[in-house]
Amino acid sequence: MAKRIDVSGLSAYYGSHKAIDDISMTVEPRSVTAFIGPSGCGKSTFLRTLNRMHEVTPGGRVEGKVMLDDENLYGSGVDPVAVRRTVGMVFQRPNPFPTMSIFDNVAAGLRLNGSYKKSELADIVEKSLKGANLWNEVKDRLNKPGSGLSGGQQQRLCIARAIAVEPEVLLMDEPCSALDPISTLAIEDLIGELKERFTIVIVTHNMQQAARVSDRTAFFNLAAVGQPGKLIELDDTERIFSNPSVQATEDYISGRFG
Amino acid sequence: MVTTTPPATDRNRSRRAKSAARPGDRIFSGLSKGSGITLLVIMAAIAGFLTYRAVLAISKDSVNFFTTFEWNPAGDPPVFGIAVLAFGTIVSSVIAMLIAVPVAIGIALFISHYAPRKLAKPLAYVVDLLAAVPSIIYGLWGAIFLVPYLDGLNKWLDQYLGWTYIFDKSSDGVARNMFTVGILLAIMILPIITNVTREVFLQAPKMHEEAALALGATRWEVVRMAVLPFGRSGIISASMLGLGRALGETMAVAVVLSPSFLLSGHLLDPGGGTFAQNIAAKFNEANEFGRDALIASGLVLFVITLLVNGAARMIIARRKEYSGANA
Amino acid sequence: MSHAVQERPVAFAKPRGPLSHARLPRWTPIAVAAGSVAAGVGIGLLAGWHSKVQWGLVSALLFVLATYAVTAKVEGARQAKDRVATSLVWVSFVLAVVPLLSLAWVTVSKGMEVLDGYFLTHSMNGVLDAEAGGGVYHALLGTIEQVGIATLIAAPIGLLTAVYLVEYGTGKLAKAVTFFVDVMTGIPSIVAGLFILATWNLMLGFGPSGFAGAMALAILMMPVVVRSTEEMLKLVPNELREASLALGVPKWRTILKVVLPTAIGGITTGVMLAVARITGETAPVLLLVFGTKLINPNPFEGAQSSLPLYVYEQYAVGTDAAVARAWAAALVLIAFVMILNLVARGIARWKAPKTGR
Repeated sequence: MAKRIDVSGLSAYYGSHKAIDDISMTVEPRSVTAFIGPSGCGKSTFLRTLNRMHEVTPGGRVEGKVMLDDENLYGSGVDPVAVRRTVGMVFQRPNPFPTMSIFDNVAAGLRLNGSYKKSELADIVEKSLKGANLWNEVKDRLNKPGSGLSGGQQQRLCIARAIAVEPEVLLMDEPCSALDPISTLAIEDLIGELKERFTIVIVTHNMQQAARVSDRTAFFNLAAVGQPGKLIELDDTERIFSNPSVQATEDYISGRFG
Repeated sequence: MVTTTPPATDRNRSRRAKSAARPGDRIFSGLSKGSGITLLVIMAAIAGFLTYRAVLAISKDSVNFFTTFEWNPAGDPPVFGIAVLAFGTIVSSVIAMLIAVPVAIGIALFISHYAPRKLAKPLAYVVDLLAAVPSIIYGLWGAIFLVPYLDGLNKWLDQYLGWTYIFDKSSDGVARNMFTVGILLAIMILPIITNVTREVFLQAPKMHEEAALALGATRWEVVRMAVLPFGRSGIISASMLGLGRALGETMAVAVVLSPSFLLSGHLLDPGGGTFAQNIAAKFNEANEFGRDALIASGLVLFVITLLVNGAARMIIARRKEYSGANA
Repeated sequence: MSHAVQERPVAFAKPRGPLSHARLPRWTPIAVAAGSVAAGVGIGLLAGWHSKVQWGLVSALLFVLATYAVTAKVEGARQAKDRVATSLVWVSFVLAVVPLLSLAWVTVSKGMEVLDGYFLTHSMNGVLDAEAGGGVYHALLGTIEQVGIATLIAAPIGLLTAVYLVEYGTGKLAKAVTFFVDVMTGIPSIVAGLFILATWNLMLGFGPSGFAGAMALAILMMPVVVRSTEEMLKLVPNELREASLALGVPKWRTILKVVLPTAIGGITTGVMLAVARITGETAPVLLLVFGTKLINPNPFEGAQSSLPLYVYEQYAVGTDAAVARAWAAALVLIAFVMILNLVARGIARWKAPKTGR
């Protein structure tokens, strides 16, 4: 598990509007890479191109290459459904299926991809919930609806749901922005554990969070409103926050804009 | 909270506020309240007068009103019963629902999730307009156009599914039967069911659809996981609304069906009748007592539609609580 | 804790297939559809089926089956399910569109045969059933009068009831009104006709007249007006009301001068849609207005005619000339209703409140 992502020359569009322009970067396996940058710089759009979710939005279109080890996600004959199975995603707002129980939420992805024995399913659900540090809180009420949990618990449920299918990569789109500080801390701890097993990419608005959880940080920026977002630099998190090589990065990090 | 001000001040103030606005406000609020009460009075009057006339008629009926297969209130003694009408009304509506509900769900999904975006909007508009086509026009079209077209299908069903009893066709007449009526009713209620269902599907939260997509779900799996469960109660209440329309439809049935007072399970044989159709057909030749008898059958129809609509309302109300809990 | 002493042998998620697999080209659904229709038509011709309905059903069935077979073979079972769902959705769309297109086409083409200026300006006075000629003037006049009276009764009551529910209504009375408005929406039109028949005609002894029909139509129209007006009034932001009340404007003037003008576009639309709906109602008119061949401009005295009733009568006569008149009248009726609808929706779009969607 855990594969390297190699992006080259990637641009994404909404209709005729170019949202991100010509991005190339490498995301290392078994590490956490954080995307930071001002609002509208295209970091979320870029994240969504990594599991072909961008093309789901009306008018969404992508050019360029995303290599997952040696397979191009945008190659001809590649099934976007299979891509999303391989590259999991956690969203900004916790979104467990409201009509399903906690158990069924975690099992949802598995049930799509083949038939499991009851005991197998129970094992994987337990393992995934443990992996998301949620097992002890919900083991007595697996049959209750997932919507009855607190926001932080719901988000960890969504992480359990995403890791149950054992993806190679886990994408997180501002996973803590709707949560209180304690739940945020729980998720951050969890990210630290998950990187042993998965390649993790996280978009965050919170620079302290990027500094705390990530190994490498990418800074995105846009020249002006309406202009496409660009990758300014990608480096070890420590370097980005102490001694970035581009002036704009330093300005952003020191709070001079954004 | 405990107020220390003496209540008298409060009363004074409110009296002053009231008196300042008295003339206009009194009249206007009285008028609008009166209108609301008028509506209630009308409803009560409908129920009351229909029941009164119905009781007049049923008390002189020489046979059981609910189980008799005959309609002859002018006879001596008067003989009339609603068994055939109830059967026909329910059978035609059930056929209509069996056809219309799945197709309506299909069209609603087509508009909300499948159609190219350029097609979806105008299509939704057209379906809206179709809901406004008067029923007599559906009837005219059905009688002149649909009936001959269904001849072949009828023979076919008889030939291959005749063993099921309900599709056994004993006479060779044209297709002016319950099956055709059911199909026509299905076409008529399709726009209503589609409109309501489509609205519900469009409200299905995007974030749950994205969750399903991100797990590697195909489009159909997304619909099954995130759209249909969300829309279930909406589908049910939309169907109930359609059912209410189908039960009370008069002219389309009156024009298409060749009625009889035979109770037959053979859907392809001409004959049978519905409450509304029977009223329209028998009204002209009826004397005053005959009209009371028709009113009695209308009352039964009224009660049935009330029950169906009440059920739909309850489902909608339950759904509100349910979605509130999830918000 | 997670360091459990004895872990059960843990199951794993099923291994994934490769990212890419054989996929059908983009034109496959169209090709399968074309093939199925061709096959359906071929089978229909060979078997000599007279009815195109059978051709269509066979084609649709073939389309779904072929889609499943082809996809299952090339792309696998899951994709096959997905494609079958897609094809079913398309089939249901076509299944619905065909009869509706046919309805529109037949009405227009058959209606145009007889429809002309003469048809619109003459009654059926002295025209024999089998004879061509005659017109709908008396029916058109009757419809306009009956619908007009019904609107004059129903619109004010409906509007004021909605104002009551939104601006004044609290407590049991408002709840009861809301509930019974919903109940009233579901009343079959023939039952509304029977009610007026039972009271106005049988109890009070009046004969058939346009006014009797108008009362029944008003009963059908009221709940529709209440519902749509209520929705529109609820869209008016509370800040507007508060701003006006804070200026010391009495509540009734606030409603008349601020709330209603803000929502007037939507309210007009709702009333017009309700008018369109009752224009096509036949059943109550059949019971209460009775129908006549002559021009009767007085809605309070004697039988009148109306467009939907005219369609029904002419169809029931059954001669070629009469059926042709029925189609022409149907076209007039549908045009009337559609114009009302389009204008109403136009107003809705033009006057759409800035709030909401």
